Amino acid sequence: MDFATLIQILDSAVRLMTPLLLACLAGLYSERAGVFDIGLEGKMLMAAFASASVAYATGSAWLGLLAGIAGAAALAGLHGLASISFRGNQLISGVAINFLASGLTVLLGQKIFGLGGRTPSLSGAARFGEITLPFAESLRPLPVIGPVYAELVSGHTILVYVAFAMVPLTWWMLYRTRFGLRLRAVGESPASVDTAGVSVIRLRFAAVMICGVLCGIAGAYLATGISAGFVKEMTAGRGFIALAALIFAKWRPWGALGATFLFGLMEAVANRFPNLDLGVVTVPSMLMNALPYILTVVILAGFVGRAIPPRAGGEPYVKER
Amino acid sequence: MTAAPAIELRGISKAFGPVQANRAIDLVVPRGTIHGIIGENGAGKSTLMSILYGFYRPDAGQILIDGKPVAIADSQAAIRAGIGMVFQHFKLVPNFTVLENVVLGAEDGRFLRRSLARARGELKRLAAEYGLQVDPDALVEDLSVGHQQRVEILKALYRRADILILDEPTGVLTPAEADHLFRILRSLRDEGKTIILITHKLREIMQITENVSVMRRGEMVASVRTAGTGPAELAELMVGRKVLLRVEKPLARPGAPVLEVQGLRMVDAEGVERLRGIDLAIRAGEILGIAGVAGNGQTQLLEILGGYPPAGATLSGEIRLGGRPLPLAGSQGRARRRAGIGHVPEDRQAEGLIMDFTAWENMAFGYQDAPQFQRGPLMDNAALRADAMGKIARFDIRPPDPDLAAKSFSGGNQQKIVVAREVERDPDLLLVGQPTRGVDIGAIEFIHKRIVALRDAGRAVLLVSVELDEIMALADRILVMFDGRIMGERLPAEATAAELGSLMAGVEPARADAGGIAG
Amino acid sequence: MERMPKWADVILTPLISLVLAFALSALLILAIGESPAEALKVVVQGALGSSYGWGFTLYYATNFIFTGLAVAVAYHAGLFNIGGEGQAAMGGLGVALVVLALPWPHWALALPAAAVGAALMGALWALVPAWLQARRGSHVVITTIMFNFIAAALLNYVLVNLLRPVGSMDPASASFPAATHLPKLSEMALALGVEWGRNTPANISFFVAVAACLLVWLLIWHTRRGYEIRAFGKSATAVRYAGISALRITVLAMLVSGALAGLMAVNNVMGEAERLVLNAVEGAGFIGIAVALMGRNHPLGVLLAALLFGFLYQGGGELALWTSIPRELIVVIQALVILFTGALDNMVRMPLERLFMALRRKGA
Repeated sequence: MDFATLIQILDSAVRLMTPLLLACLAGLYSERAGVFDIGLEGKMLMAAFASASVAYATGSAWLGLLAGIAGAAALAGLHGLASISFRGNQLISGVAINFLASGLTVLLGQKIFGLGGRTPSLSGAARFGEITLPFAESLRPLPVIGPVYAELVSGHTILVYVAFAMVPLTWWMLYRTRFGLRLRAVGESPASVDTAGVSVIRLRFAAVMICGVLCGIAGAYLATGISAGFVKEMTAGRGFIALAALIFAKWRPWGALGATFLFGLMEAVANRFPNLDLGVVTVPSMLMNALPYILTVVILAGFVGRAIPPRAGGEPYVKER
Repeated sequence: MTAAPAIELRGISKAFGPVQANRAIDLVVPRGTIHGIIGENGAGKSTLMSILYGFYRPDAGQILIDGKPVAIADSQAAIRAGIGMVFQHFKLVPNFTVLENVVLGAEDGRFLRRSLARARGELKRLAAEYGLQVDPDALVEDLSVGHQQRVEILKALYRRADILILDEPTGVLTPAEADHLFRILRSLRDEGKTIILITHKLREIMQITENVSVMRRGEMVASVRTAGTGPAELAELMVGRKVLLRVEKPLARPGAPVLEVQGLRMVDAEGVERLRGIDLAIRAGEILGIAGVAGNGQTQLLEILGGYPPAGATLSGEIRLGGRPLPLAGSQGRARRRAGIGHVPEDRQAEGLIMDFTAWENMAFGYQDAPQFQRGPLMDNAALRADAMGKIARFDIRPPDPDLAAKSFSGGNQQKIVVAREVERDPDLLLVGQPTRGVDIGAIEFIHKRIVALRDAGRAVLLVSVELDEIMALADRILVMFDGRIMGERLPAEATAAELGSLMAGVEPARADAGGIAG
Repeated sequence: MERMPKWADVILTPLISLVLAFALSALLILAIGESPAEALKVVVQGALGSSYGWGFTLYYATNFIFTGLAVAVAYHAGLFNIGGEGQAAMGGLGVALVVLALPWPHWALALPAAAVGAALMGALWALVPAWLQARRGSHVVITTIMFNFIAAALLNYVLVNLLRPVGSMDPASASFPAATHLPKLSEMALALGVEWGRNTPANISFFVAVAACLLVWLLIWHTRRGYEIRAFGKSATAVRYAGISALRITVLAMLVSGALAGLMAVNNVMGEAERLVLNAVEGAGFIGIAVALMGRNHPLGVLLAALLFGFLYQGGGELALWTSIPRELIVVIQALVILFTGALDNMVRMPLERLFMALRRKGA
């Protein structure tokens, strides 16, 4: 494998990891606050549909992004209503949201566009274009650094940079601000937060809504960044890979970056080499596709560094008598 | 002119559904005093304090702080009114540092750096002033229970609390830790803070409070100066009649040893040694009582004998039933039952019963594999029901409806379900933990009689209770446990409460009993 | 004190949830400019109006009975098995391996063997998540989700590289030999002289599913293990006291659950497709969640809820055929049923409980 191929694979990994990273951070906010979310997939899907539809109608990717965020946030609100306000089962609520998105996107898409659940192809300003960073072209001739900067660092849509910027931002929010302190506390011991005079419900809702916003960006990136329009079931399990990455990352922001990069890289490699020949054995692409899930099970099993979820995760908060 | 009292409650009432938890409560607590509130479990103490801390809204009544009426809608309002609370179950985030726990909810501004810096300084000052030393950077989960409690007090003081409420603060403390706590409370009082101490321990009331209020069944029955009263009077007020826990029982005629325990040690998953070499023997036809403050290894002893040692525990020593050694490790509950050990567990709701199961299903819990309940490969539900109906009649369980879920019965009737199930198996050895905790007087007498009847039928009984009166009334021999050890053995007829009390506090009386089993 | 009578808990609350789900769906149909009444007519006509419709309704219902029972059994042990999809897929592999391995002389021999193969593979796929939950505390929901994807990848590999007949481009196994084809309900009816459900996939597996309902009912409420499973689901601490092994119960419940999900393959793989294709489960594993919730985890409830969803699935297909409403409407209804009977249960239940409390006070 030569250097150019490596750069290409890494570049592709960056594109593929972006929705995973956004969704993973989305899940991080929600789960750090004690609300499990297996509905990342559904929220992304809804956002992808909403953003593609509005981007097509208005010709603006930015309005599409807003619509995507609104669509995902609406489902996040539903999740909050069910699992925080009515203290319902968070897992079941997540399952319901996934189905709701899966059904609604096709139903509405068919009604609006009549294309069997697809939106028409987007072009021009209805998509997020690739941004060429300053000096990308002039630095290109430099050995190693040049191609890395021009191909790998430069030339992505704005949403990719947003996703990467979210990592340090999330870290800072979580560990350096009042909101972050309370957020982490409410996922570990909601009673402490409550007795300290802080509303558990409001905090958890805030976290769930942030989760919705980030899923919205992730979905918009899928439909208006990496591809040109919405296709039925286009998230294709990315919400669950993000969930796996979250466990892999042990619910930490920098870990999320590493885990989603790893998973993005696997996908990029599987795309590039359907049957990866390692000399001794040939790795079929199916194994590469399944690897994120297999690795997550191994991590969950605790054989390689135990992943311990937030202690109050999954439990609705009820005041003790 | 006298200063307005720090706290005044007027006519506070609170009901949960049909249960009247607080009824027209009046209370006056002068500034700069330690005020005890005493009462049995379920008397309404915790509810009252939760109202004061804004956890519940009262149905009626008024709260005055420093003579001014205040509305305490939530914890935030309580904190603003200068009230701090140390809950019985600490409200700490286990994987946060002490500093982060102290700051949580009382931050200065949106960013943490400043808050943490100020808190660090405050903690240093408070440590020096009141003897509240804690490492600010330690994780709370790594601290001892006593230190965690200090963090709770620090949290309240950091929020500038003038009134500090402590709910059963010594239940989880060793006597040394409790003494240290009391020193802290006295110095806080001397600084002008007002302290409310909720407890059911008479000794503590006498030791540290200026005034004491007694609650019973949701009502405030008396408020007196501590110096003008005594434990006997308080106890009488608490239960509403002379404490005459006397059980009519014939003289014990002990036979051969049923259970022998030798050198039993247990180290829990955290590496703490909970049992430090227990030696004991129970003979047929006797009740061996184990007295002690909760948390000195009694729970672990019962769990090990019952065949379900805590997860991750390391065990050593020997247990023999009828002379035959029993395996220690692993889940032995089933085998122990088959070997003839019955067990009324300390916590009936978490262990003894499946609260969502019906009474008839619960009557077979633990014995669901008994041959008389099987019919071929299936369970004989008709046999289970018939068996349950008999027990309900014989134990006067009310309402006598076998199809009712366990959670729908009162505490006393729930306990009767457990006792009926375990006693009627006619075990060679019955383990009994806190048999009358949260049980009404009528059911207490009934349960006590059944335990004595089992003894008179020649069975062995191991009774663990934190209620000294219960031990004194029921036991034929008393062992006192402290810090995972047996401190000494006494006969109820000869022992005094004071003597047992000092053993329970880990103090060997000057005249040690020769020939005792103490190890 | 019980807050409301048992009948209200068992029948009224799921019914109200269902009505809410349908009402919202009706609004949705209105919103996309169609008539809910018309849609309902098409669904009822298409699913129940002819023996043809019934044949498909029963076929789908058979799938959902298996996956619904799978969710219900795990639920009684306090476990949320969301891996029915993967377990059913692996069950398909079990069926294919058994049927293709030997020259079966007759379906009556092949059926029990294939059922065992399906159940074993399904159970195997639930075993690892169960063990990890009991021994390592890994949440069974997450691991079963992961195992769904792993199953999909594994099946993909097996079909493309191992089971695909030489020369075929289709990622599917060879067709099963004719001797192993299960009798269709239509053929059985014809044998009795009744013309019923010609060209429909409903087959003898339906009776296997009904038998499974009965067996699950016996297991859960009439055996010692069932008692222990329910006890474990209600209180993990009490079960320790009683000497019931958490590991054994978790593994047992998940094995039974996985086996039930796997058994679905007898219907869709052996009874309908008569070969193993990619994506044979088609979401039936997830529908099992809605079915179990709706049926309150009782086999009879599961049976009825499975029939309801079978009816919706068949009717939904007809809807797509005769109106401009896509069949994904059914997915929305399914989502709403899960939402109302599962996650928003309290929203339905709390006002009802208050109502019954008020009625009782008035009566008292």
